[in-house]
Amino acid sequence: MPNDKNGVVLCNGTSCVLNGSQKVKKAFEEHVRAHGLENDVHIELDGCQGLCTQGPIARIEPKGTIYHRLKAEDIPDIVDEHLIEGHPVERLVFEGEKGLDGIEPLNTIGFYQKQRLIVLANRGSINPNLIEEYIARGGYRALAKALSEMGPDKIIQEITDAGLRGRGGAGFPTGVKWNFCRKAPGEEKYVICNADEGDPGAFMDRSVVESDPHTVVEGMTIGAYAMGASQGIVYIRDEYPLALKRILKAIDDAREYGLLGENIMGSGFSFDITVNRGAGAFVCGEETSLIHSLEGKLPEPRMRPPFPANSGYMGKPTNINNVETWSSVRHIINNGADWFASIGTEKSKGTKVFSLVGKLNNTGLVEVPLGITLREMVFDIGGGIPKGKRFKAAQCGGPSGGCLPESLLDLSIDYESLAEVGAIVGSGGMIVMDEDNCMVEVARFFLSFTQQESCGKCPPCREGTLHMLNILTDITNGNGQEGDIELLEEMAMRIKETSFCALGQTAPNPVLTTIKHFRHEYEAHIKDKRCPAKECKELITYRIDPEACTGCTLCAKNCPVDVITGTHKELHVIDEDKCIKCGMCHNVCNFDAVRIES
Amino acid sequence: MQVMKLEDLDRIAEKSKSENALSRTAYRVRINVHMGTCGIASGAKEILKKFLDEMDSHEATDVLITTSGCAGLCSSEPMATIETVHDIAPVKYIDLTESKVGRIYEDHVLGEKPVKEYALGTGSERLG
Repeated sequence: MPNDKNGVVLCNGTSCVLNGSQKVKKAFEEHVRAHGLENDVHIELDGCQGLCTQGPIARIEPKGTIYHRLKAEDIPDIVDEHLIEGHPVERLVFEGEKGLDGIEPLNTIGFYQKQRLIVLANRGSINPNLIEEYIARGGYRALAKALSEMGPDKIIQEITDAGLRGRGGAGFPTGVKWNFCRKAPGEEKYVICNADEGDPGAFMDRSVVESDPHTVVEGMTIGAYAMGASQGIVYIRDEYPLALKRILKAIDDAREYGLLGENIMGSGFSFDITVNRGAGAFVCGEETSLIHSLEGKLPEPRMRPPFPANSGYMGKPTNINNVETWSSVRHIINNGADWFASIGTEKSKGTKVFSLVGKLNNTGLVEVPLGITLREMVFDIGGGIPKGKRFKAAQCGGPSGGCLPESLLDLSIDYESLAEVGAIVGSGGMIVMDEDNCMVEVARFFLSFTQQESCGKCPPCREGTLHMLNILTDITNGNGQEGDIELLEEMAMRIKETSFCALGQTAPNPVLTTIKHFRHEYEAHIKDKRCPAKECKELITYRIDPEACTGCTLCAKNCPVDVITGTHKELHVIDEDKCIKCGMCHNVCNFDAVRIES
Repeated sequence: MQVMKLEDLDRIAEKSKSENALSRTAYRVRINVHMGTCGIASGAKEILKKFLDEMDSHEATDVLITTSGCAGLCSSEPMATIETVHDIAPVKYIDLTESKVGRIYEDHVLGEKPVKEYALGTGSERLG
C-alpha cells in the first residue's frame, strides 16, 4: 500500500471474524463506494493484530490509527471524518494506542515502530510452556486447515506462491525444495529443523524456540504432511539449554493433545518429532554435514548429488529447513500466499528476523519487512551509535557475510541487494561497528572463527583460511608487508572457487569486503605501521597529556601492572616499554588526559 | 484430550482465555516477566522472585503472575509487562531492578497508576 494513500486494514483473525469483522468490511466497502473513492482507498484483510479482546479492529493507513470494537454503524463516521476529512474519530480510537498517563505507545517508539512481527508474533505474549496459550492465540489452526482442506499439493503451491525462501542463509525457495522431497521416491521420509545456529552475535533461532516453540512444531508438521514424511528431528545445539527444555515440553504437550503422533486430528496422517542435541559446529549449517552428525558420523559435508531430498538422513529423502523458515509456514497457511507475498520486495518476500547487535543504543531481536534500509535498521530501530560516535560499518550475515560501509546505508536489506555488494542476508546476524573498530581486526576476528570451525575436509578451506589468518594477524601486529593485500585478495578468490562447501566458499567474504571498502586501513597498517581506529594493540601507545593531567592519581591506582608513576597533583607518566595496553588508565581518567596514539 | 477438529481448538482457546483474560477472571492485574536466556542473564529470575515476594507480603489474591520469552530489546533487559483490568493497554517496563519492582508493585499493581519513569511504552507490538 503506498504511503501517501489511505488504506483500511481489517483484522482477519479468528477472534475478529467471530466478532463481526466481515460486516465491518462490507460497511467500509459500501461507504467508500458511495463516495466514489474505491480507487483511492484500499481495503484489505490482514492477519491477527494481537488485540483480540478489542475486536473487530481496523487500522487506517498511512498513520496506522487503530479503531476498536467496531460496529457497522460506526463506519460512515470513519469514512466521512477520517478518510475524507483526515480527522480521526476520537471516540472510536483505541485508547491503548494513544498512550497511557504520558507513556508513549510502543508502536511509536523507534525500536518497535518499523518492526512487523510474523515469526515473532507471540514473543513475550504467551507462556511458552503452555500449549493452551499458543492455541488461544490462533495456534494449530494452520495445521487443522492444512489437514482438512488443503492436501499436499496445495500446501506446497501456497508456500511456493508466497515466495518464502530459506531463512538459514542460502535463501533457496522453500516451496521448490519441498517439492523435490515430495516427489522423491520412497516410503520413509524425514523433515529436520536446523536449530544449531552458530554465528557469533546471532540468536534469532534461540529466541524463537524459547518464546514460541509450538510455531516450529506446527510448521514442521504441516511440512511433513506436504512432503509425506512421518518423522521429524529438531537438531538443536546443546549450548541452548532453555530452548532445548522448551522444545521438548512443546513436543510432549502436542503429543498429549494428539497434534503429534498417530492419526493427527483424525486425518489418517501420522508424524512425530524427536530432538537431537548438537555439539555446536558451524559446519552443520551445511545440510550434508548436519545429516552426518545426526547419523553419528563426523560432521563433514559430502558431494551432491544425491541431494538430501533424494538421499538424506539414513539414505532416505530428507528436507532440512531452519527454525525461522518452519516458523513462517503456519502464517502463510493461515493468511494465504498473497498476504505474505505483499510484504517485502519483488524477489525477497516477507519479514526477516535479525539479531541487531554491536555499537548501538538499542540492541536486540528485531523482525522487519525485507527491503528495509540499513539506515532504518541502524538509526531508527537501533537508535543510532552511542556516545555520538560515527557509524563505520555493519557486518551482515555473520562470518559468511560482508561488511556494509556508510556509503551503503541506503541499501535495501534483501537477498539480491546484499548479494550484489558481497554480503548475504545469512541467518540474520547484524553487527554494527563504529569509528573505534579497526576493520582489519574485524576481518581477522571473523576469519579466525571460520578457520576454527573449518571441518578440515578440503585443503582450500583448511589450509587457505589458515594462511589468510596468519597474514591478517601479521598486519594487525604491525608485521604486514607490501603485497599482502593483493595476496589476500588472490587467496580469497581461489578459496571461494575451490572450497568444497559453503563454509569455505564464504569464509573470505569479510576480508574481501573490508579490503574493498577500507583498503586505506589495510595500507595504514602495512605501510605506516599505524592503526587508524587505534584498536590494534601492537600499533598504539598510551600517553598522558601534560596539559590535561591534574595529577589525581586515579590512573596509577588502577594500572594492573603498576607502570604509571607520579605523585599527587603532579604530572603522571606511563612507562611505554612495560605498558600492556589494557586501556584501564584511559577508561578511568575523568579528565580525558590519557591519549591513544598510533 | 485429543484434538480432532477445529471446534476442539476453539474450546481449548476459550478455556485458556477464560482462565487468563483479566476481564473474565477474578484477577485484577497480570504481571508478565520476560524470561528468555537474555532476560535471565540480566537478572530476570531475581525480578520474578521480587514480584513473588511482594505478592506474598501483600497476600495478593487478585494478581496473576506469568513468564514468557524475550520481548526483543536485549539492551534494556530485564523487562516485565504489567496489565490491569482497568487500564486498556499493558505497560512494558525496562531495565528493572529489585527496588524498581518495589515501586512498580506499590504504584501500578496496587495503585493501578503506571510508573512513567521506568516504563518504555504501552500497547502492543505491530503484527504482520
